[in-house]
Amino acid sequence: MQALYAQLLVGLINGSFYALLSLGLAVIFGMLNIINFAHGALYMMGAFCAYFLLNVLNIGYWPALIIAPIVVGIFGMILERTMLQWLAGLDHLYGLLLTFGLALIIQGVFQNYFGSSGLPYSIPSELQGGMNLGFMYLPIYRGWVVVFSLVVCIATWFLIEKTRLGANLRAATENPTLVRAFGINVPRMITLTYGLGVGLAALAGVLSAPINQVRPLMGENVIIVVFAVVVIGGMGSIMGSIVTGFALGVIEGLTKYFYPEASNTVVFVFMVLVLLVKPTGLTGRAA
Amino acid sequence: MKNRISALLLGTALALAGGNLAFAQDKVIKIGSLSDQSGLYADLGGPGSTLAAQMAVEDSGMIAKGWKIDIISGDHLNKPDVGVNIARQWFDVDKVDVIVDVPNSGVALAVSNLVKEKNRVLLDSGAGSSDLTNAQCTPNTIHWTYDTYTLAHGTGSALTKAGGDSWFFLTADYAFGAALERDTTAAVQAAGGKVLGGVKHPLGTSDFSSFLLQAQASKAKIIGLANAGADTTTAIKQAAEFGIVAGGQKLAALLLFITDVHALGLNTAQGLNFTETFYWDMNDQDRAFAKRFQERMKNHSMPTMVHAGVYSSLLHYFKALDALGGNPHDGAKVVAKMKEMPTDDPLFGKGSIEPNGRAIHPAYLFQVKKPSESKGPWDYYNLVATIPASEAFTPLDKSTCPLLKK
Amino acid sequence: MTTMTDDALPVTPRTIRDEMIAFAIMAVLLAVVPLTGIYPFFVMQALCFALLACAFNLLIGYGGLLSFGHAMFLGTGGYVTAHALKVWGLPPELGIVVGAAAAAVLGVITGLIAIRRQGIYFAMITLALSQLMYFIYLQTPFTHGEDGIQGIPQGHLFGIFNLANPTVLYYVILAGFLFGFLVIFRTINSPFGEVLKAIRENEPRAISLGYKTDQYKLLAYILSGTLAGLAGSLKVFVAQNASLTDVEVAMSGLIVLMTLVGGLGTVFGPVVGAFIIVAMQQYLSGLGQWVTVIQGTVFVVCVLTFRRGIVGEIAHYFRRSL
Repeated sequence: MQALYAQLLVGLINGSFYALLSLGLAVIFGMLNIINFAHGALYMMGAFCAYFLLNVLNIGYWPALIIAPIVVGIFGMILERTMLQWLAGLDHLYGLLLTFGLALIIQGVFQNYFGSSGLPYSIPSELQGGMNLGFMYLPIYRGWVVVFSLVVCIATWFLIEKTRLGANLRAATENPTLVRAFGINVPRMITLTYGLGVGLAALAGVLSAPINQVRPLMGENVIIVVFAVVVIGGMGSIMGSIVTGFALGVIEGLTKYFYPEASNTVVFVFMVLVLLVKPTGLTGRAA
Repeated sequence: MKNRISALLLGTALALAGGNLAFAQDKVIKIGSLSDQSGLYADLGGPGSTLAAQMAVEDSGMIAKGWKIDIISGDHLNKPDVGVNIARQWFDVDKVDVIVDVPNSGVALAVSNLVKEKNRVLLDSGAGSSDLTNAQCTPNTIHWTYDTYTLAHGTGSALTKAGGDSWFFLTADYAFGAALERDTTAAVQAAGGKVLGGVKHPLGTSDFSSFLLQAQASKAKIIGLANAGADTTTAIKQAAEFGIVAGGQKLAALLLFITDVHALGLNTAQGLNFTETFYWDMNDQDRAFAKRFQERMKNHSMPTMVHAGVYSSLLHYFKALDALGGNPHDGAKVVAKMKEMPTDDPLFGKGSIEPNGRAIHPAYLFQVKKPSESKGPWDYYNLVATIPASEAFTPLDKSTCPLLKK
Repeated sequence: MTTMTDDALPVTPRTIRDEMIAFAIMAVLLAVVPLTGIYPFFVMQALCFALLACAFNLLIGYGGLLSFGHAMFLGTGGYVTAHALKVWGLPPELGIVVGAAAAAVLGVITGLIAIRRQGIYFAMITLALSQLMYFIYLQTPFTHGEDGIQGIPQGHLFGIFNLANPTVLYYVILAGFLFGFLVIFRTINSPFGEVLKAIRENEPRAISLGYKTDQYKLLAYILSGTLAGLAGSLKVFVAQNASLTDVEVAMSGLIVLMTLVGGLGTVFGPVVGAFIIVAMQQYLSGLGQWVTVIQGTVFVVCVLTFRRGIVGEIAHYFRRSL
């Protein structure tokens, strides 16, 4: 029984990570109707950014949590201005294919210069070590991941759903012409929103650098799961993604205990089942 | 790396002659370095293997004797069908005589079958599966460097005899992982140890926390990592996080390369035990080779045992061809000659090739140094024990190779 | 979901004539390949992928349904045929039939699950189902997991044609490809095809006209899946192995890329796209890690500037239907 509690806790920790990662994707899809397949590559860039900040500029983990998302977010905004904006109004498919192509380019370039084995990044000294909870040994860093993810998720949800800025953003994507008539610069809002989503991905990257190897392909495995989370939660629903992220983490944790070989695949079973019953995901709107 | 397009144009012009000509004996050799150039195993094989092949050509003195030798390289993307397609094109169009490297056991087995069909030569120094010299052996393939038996009996036996008599496995859920776990279990039990249990994880897992928890709960003295590449390095990194080693359990990475240790950093990797058959800092000859290799490598990394295997296997191949007086373009004939001659090269020392295609030489049990012990980058290993050639590979009477049944 | 094939011309005798001429040219060009010096195995690979891309295009270009899981049909056709040839010892023609039939069955099962969803949800469900099939194939013993099924015998087709002979094999594969292509061609230019296009343009209107759109979509899906399975079966003879590569997500992505580059919703686009992508993969393999970057750049350039694909742009320029 103790082992089960331990697995559930670990599942919760992973779930918080999924929730944070899918948050950016949900923001981008919910606000901009872009299916951002480059999310995994941008997450990877966040981790690499943290590595460079440490090893080239001697900037540690804590400032990196703020700097890396900004840097990668700016990169994302440049992408949006130069490429994505031409696809506004077209079929979803094109945004998906473009960002998929971008992901290939980014990953390929990084692989060329950094190989595939990865680079080391250690846990900051304040967060090292762990506590013995009785049923398991919990590394402090993992506990920090849960808390931090939860805070960021709630803050983002609050920003989008409950503030004036969020309301403007949502209005701008629903009815750009009308919102423009109010004097609000809609294209700039869209660019900023994409930057926000990308920044969230990079933030997840920095968070994961100490516990996963910083590798060019680190986003590849995770992007599909994150997509599944967003789809299950309901594309466009921020709260749906957050809840689904945590739920998936727990379900995966249970699977790792009972049938470990299937742990990478259970998310798809979950997705098929949910979509059969609720075609637009748990809380989402129609595409 | 040669320009593939010009190779194709040349090959197309020659292709009109068709596939299987009987070549007269001549002094032309075409080498193909088939590896994973861009994915999981690019650092242990990849461009380094092509470089090792070039160095073998240069050091063998064959050019001075009037031989014409070309090297081309290809990326099998860790996919058996891609590897076979490239190999088939190399044989049919580019007239390649010998393929080297080929990490990834699935690709190696597929290519080995094709090599037999086309009667060329495969000198595999990258793949792990012991099947290449057991059930799937052919008269055209020689397996160099290491296999799952070496790793299992090197690390497994040595650690068990040193007191680690209870094991728990973290196994990658695919053929190679299963083979590694099976061979190591046999070695552990033969040395008097017990396997307390194990868990299979999907290939490419990014989070091992729940598997590591299970390993911790088992209270086994040794946690065996029957996986490779990113799975191994991620598991090791996260094991440090969960205080596994601090809590008294030891990690045995069953397949680890110096490039993995470099990626992990000594802080995380210190104390790890594993088996390899080559280390650049073991003697002067190794150091000389490594220095030349490192200067020419784009990312200045040191040679892994796979690179060393490519170098050494080609040197022996050239010796055999030299003894034959020319290249008969008959794979089985050349391999038979290679099996007749004992091997002796600067990197692996003296050894031989068994009738089933297994190249025999000593193996070594290493332990990763503590950061304080290391004098600089790439100075990572302490030698713990030397495993003689007779123990490091499957004994002939246990081999299931059909060639041995006369 | 309709902006992709906006300028598809309505079916008239003129468009059919244009397409038939193009078909004849393509068939002749392909038939003379063994007489030139081009390496036949490369063309055979390309033909299998061309059939696969055409099958995929049937679904998206004419049915408006983006399937991100078509690799599962390729893999199913491949594995079942491979197993039939190697373990059950079936002759080649039966092996192909069994493989395509297995893909059809998979099409029925997955189609029933997926077809009721729209747009991106349909794409994600097909992706999820494809990943499930990947897992199943990884775990079941008959596929030998990562090693794949190797050393598959080529045998004699109908007892007469020796498939180990590259030239004979080439014409057999060509015949298979042309057969599949003609099936698709006939489907597009039939009343069934017209209804499909109507559904793609405006589904509510089609429903209001009394068509049971779900049935039409399901039928198109099953047909597309079966032909993709046929492509997989044919590929087994060329490569002599069946592996997990064929069921991966990356393969599904490659199929989309081929069709996009050639031209979504055009008849010959997928063929051209398949040849280009297969050529790229084979002849650029010496560039190692840059191949992914090049593929990504092709994607990006195509989407931004070349949206109709190569054949699409040509057709648009000449105002023909290709």
